[in-house]
Parts: sequence; C-alpha cells; structure tokens
Amino acid sequence: MKFQIALFAAAALVAAGCAKKDEPVDTTPSQPPQTTDRGDPNANIDRGPVPGTEADFVENAGDRVFYELDSYQLDSEGRATLDRQAAWLQEYPNVTVLVGGHADERGTREYNLALAARRANSAKDYLVSRGIDPSRLSTVSYGEERPVCSASSQECWALNRNATSNIVSGAVSS
Amino acid sequence: MQRFLMLVLLPVLLVVAPAHAQIEVDINKGHLNPLPVAVDPFMGDTPEAADLGADIAGVVTNNLERSGLFEPISQEAFVEDIQDFNVRPRFQDWRLINAQALLTGEVELQSESRMRVAFRLWDVYGEEEILALSFTATPDLWRRIAHKVSDQIYKRLTGEEGYFDTRIVFVSESGDKMNRVKRLAIMDQDGANMQFLTSGDYTVLTPRFSPSNQMITYMSYRTGKPQIHLFDIETGRHETLGNIGNMTFAPRFSPDGSKVVMSLEEAGNTDIYVMDLRSRQMTRLTFGQSIDTSPTFSPEGDRVVFESDRGGSQQLYIMNADGSGVERISFGEGRYATPVWSPRGDLIAFTKITGGRFAIGVMRSDGSGERLLADGFRAEGPTWAPNGRVIMFWREERGGEPSIWSIDLTGQNLRRVNTPGSASDPAWSPLLD
Repeated sequence: MKFQIALFAAAALVAAGCAKKDEPVDTTPSQPPQTTDRGDPNANIDRGPVPGTEADFVENAGDRVFYELDSYQLDSEGRATLDRQAAWLQEYPNVTVLVGGHADERGTREYNLALAARRANSAKDYLVSRGIDPSRLSTVSYGEERPVCSASSQECWALNRNATSNIVSGAVSS
Repeated sequence: MQRFLMLVLLPVLLVVAPAHAQIEVDINKGHLNPLPVAVDPFMGDTPEAADLGADIAGVVTNNLERSGLFEPISQEAFVEDIQDFNVRPRFQDWRLINAQALLTGEVELQSESRMRVAFRLWDVYGEEEILALSFTATPDLWRRIAHKVSDQIYKRLTGEEGYFDTRIVFVSESGDKMNRVKRLAIMDQDGANMQFLTSGDYTVLTPRFSPSNQMITYMSYRTGKPQIHLFDIETGRHETLGNIGNMTFAPRFSPDGSKVVMSLEEAGNTDIYVMDLRSRQMTRLTFGQSIDTSPTFSPEGDRVVFESDRGGSQQLYIMNADGSGVERISFGEGRYATPVWSPRGDLIAFTKITGGRFAIGVMRSDGSGERLLADGFRAEGPTWAPNGRVIMFWREERGGEPSIWSIDLTGQNLRRVNTPGSASDPAWSPLLD
C-alpha cells in the first residue's frame, strides 16, 4: 500500500509541474491566441493580459485544479488555485463560470462521468465556501470525453484528471 | 411498397429416411469440433435471381463461420452440381467432401416488389431433409432473409434461438483523441448496412436497444449538458428524455420497453432513478453519497443490477425494481462495473478492472462462478446477443484505437466485429421481427 500512495503522490507532482510549465499542452478553446509583438521583446511581459479578461483569469488565477486517481479531494495546490479564482471572481462580480469535470481514461465511461461530476462539484463547493454566490457557478461533467493530453501515460492521465473553470459571461472583452 | 417478411413451411421431399442419429451441434463444445457444412449457392431462374442467390448463400456462410460452431466447406470442393432445388441431392457426393449438413436454396423474383427465397437443410449422413422453409419479402431485404435462414439453421442444429437477424448500435469514433468525434451508428450484426444516426456535432455515448421494440436510448451532449435521449428507428426521430437533474446518463430500457432506468447527477451525487416513459414520472431507487450507476433490469423486470462505490470501490449490487433489498454480489479483487443481465436471466456480464487492466467477465446473479472471458488495456461494456450465448464489447490497446469484439460465453471464438472506423459502446438488438 505504501508503494501505491508514493506513486499517486508522484503523479500529482508531475501534474502540478506539467500544469505550470507545459502551457502548450493546454488546448482549451477558451484561451485566445497569444499575440507577441516581436519588435519589442519587453512589451508583452510589461503588458500582460488585460485585467478582468478571460486570459487574465487563466494566467493570473489559474483555471484548473488536478486530482489523484479515482479521487475528488482537492490538494493544497488545488485549494490555492481556487483561492485565487475566488479572489478574482470577487473582483469581477458579473462573471459567471461553468466548472467542467474531467477524468482520465482508466475507468469505465459511465463511472468516469459520475467521478468527473464529483470533481466539478468539489471545485464549485470550494469556491462557494470562499464566498462566491452559487448562482454564478454551474457544473458539467465531461467524463473522459475531453482530454487535454492524448497519450496513455501517467503524465497525461494526471493532466486529464481535473476541474476546469470556464468563464461563461461577464468578463472584460480583450 | 410492402417490405414484409413471410415464412412458409415447405412440403418435405418425401423419402424413407434411414434410421441414422440426427446431426446436432453442442453450443458449449461446438467450437472444438465445428460442424462441416456445405452451403450451395441458392439457384435462380434468371441471372438476377441467381446473383441474389449467390449473395444470400455468401451471407449465410459468413454467419455460420463466424459463430464458430460451423465450418463451411469451400464451394470449389463441391462434387455435385445441383440443378434442381426440388430433387434430393446425391448424398454420397457430399459425404465425399465430409459435409455433415448441406444447405440448398432457390430464389424466385416474382415481381419487382416480391421475392421468394426457399431453402432445404439436409442431413448428409442421415440422408434426410431436416428443415424446409421459404421466405417472401421485397428484394431489398435479401440480407435480412439470409440472416433469417441462418437463424433457422442455427436453431435446427443447436436447439437454441439464433442471433443473426439482429443489429448493433454503437459509437463511431474519429479524429484525434483531443478532438474526438463520436457519432451514433447502427449496422447489421455482421457489420453490413452501417448508417450514422447523429451528425457528429456533439458527443454521444452508451446507446442501448429496447429489448421489446425498435427504440434506442443513449446519452448525448446535444444540449451542452449530458442528457438521455430516445431514438425511434422506424420514424428516425430523436427526443430528449426531459431536462432533468444536472446530468442524466447510463440509460437502459426495462424488458417491456415501458421504462428507462438511469443515473441522475445532482450537486455531484449520482443515484439511480427509473422513468415511466408514458407518464414521464421519475422514481428514485438509490440514496446516499455514493456513485450508483450502470443499472440494468433482470429479464423479468423484477430486479436491477448496478454498480456502486458505497463500499469504498466500484462493486456490483442487486436490488428489487422498487429499490428495496440491496445486496452486494461481487467480492473479488479489483473494481467491477457495467453489469448487464443475460437475456436468459442466469448470468451477469461485467467489466472488471484489476492491476490497471480491464477484462470482460460473467458471474451468476448471486455472484458465484466468476469467469473472465477476454481482457485488454481497455475492454469494456459487454452486451448480450438475444440468445445469451455471445457477448460483444469494445476493446482498445494502449495508445490504440477502439474496436468492437465478440466472444462466446464459453470464452472461445474471440472475433473482431467489422466496423468502417474506430468503434466503441456496442449494444445488441433483440431479434428483428
């Protein structure tokens, strides 16, 4: 049993690492294409996303939290991400969010729909506990149907076990 | 234009039958020693009829071969060139090539909209006719006639109902894994006549046939939110089964087709409900914080088997159809999922996950006698042939594409089912009328 726990912890670390470093892996359609002014290398860094935009939410709050295998418990990193999401949502009170729950490919399809629903709700419930009005938050389960990483590997599975907050309305348009 | 199928008993070609033991096929042991059978191309009085006759014989041959219980003999080996359907064959010519059974037939195109197909099944060693029937239908139904002929032969030689005149509804998959297109599709049991039932603009999952009529229920993201839908094969009409809960999924019909049992998710919690299709009334069957899903009725409709993680991991449970009397039936290592009751009522097929691998297995409805039939990196979602002798499921190797497979209840005769592209979530129809 100890071996198993160690293995899951490692997978979670990989997930956390990948989530930060490997931005190209994230193909959520909600992200607008990044434009870079190649004439001035500092311009992009100085400017950053326009505050209140979806890009601002994704970059500065973080739009997704990750889970261990067959679990819907938030870890400290997930709670920290949701704390930032809650603070951001407090600042932009017109924003409504759809939290999508996701599972990796290692469960049966129907169970994964139910598991991913639990994940979406664990993120929603945490945001509510941080003072976000539940009427601003809805959930949907995507089960294993919308992976963000396509390989059958521990790394991809860790990335695919997530709850992703997608802004539905109320953001500043970029 | 009428598309009816009519079955008529032919008068037997009378002879004094020698007292030989009749041929029969043991379904449980047949794969070890498949019965050599000769399928003569069905004769026709016109070139068009003869072509159809050859095609019908081809479909029958393929059905018998894929069942694993029969070994069709190559037509090139045939000695007798049968010229008259109504004359007894020269049995010694068929014994020469070791045929135990011989099928002969004829096709008559009586009008543009009417075709008559007759066949005789002969016991070569017993030198007697053991089955003689004819079917009348519109000519476009020639494949269905071939399947019906196959079902009659199967039944005559095994003593069990056949499963060839059936269809499979499944999820056709295309595109890379991150932009997957999943469409509802239907085809004949042998892979012919595939048609798409949805456009691919939205994901569909887990279709299931009504055991009593030509209806399909499935889950779809058409509205953006996962909800159960109905599809009427006759009318081509899709219908959302109400906008209920946050998500409804894992639907299955009751044996009489009047109800759908399903999972409903609300605030992250998944329980089992049953909907009466006439009144659209929902009745809740399970309670509590566990994931309760993949429910299936028993063939009598009096009980429901489902999976639940109420004990800590996915296991199988049985309850009465009103939700009372819940009992756990699976106790082995690993996780158990997607239980499906055999149409015969004696067995439950399931998906089992152990050590990161998936397997398809069966157990008796009291949980005893567990046997695993097939496995894979992914092997999931068993569905029963209407005679309860064959199971289809979908399988995917690591990093590969999903495909549909069939296996006999004996664990023998694993076959890939022909689909035009990647495919998953098969569901077997009842025998067609």
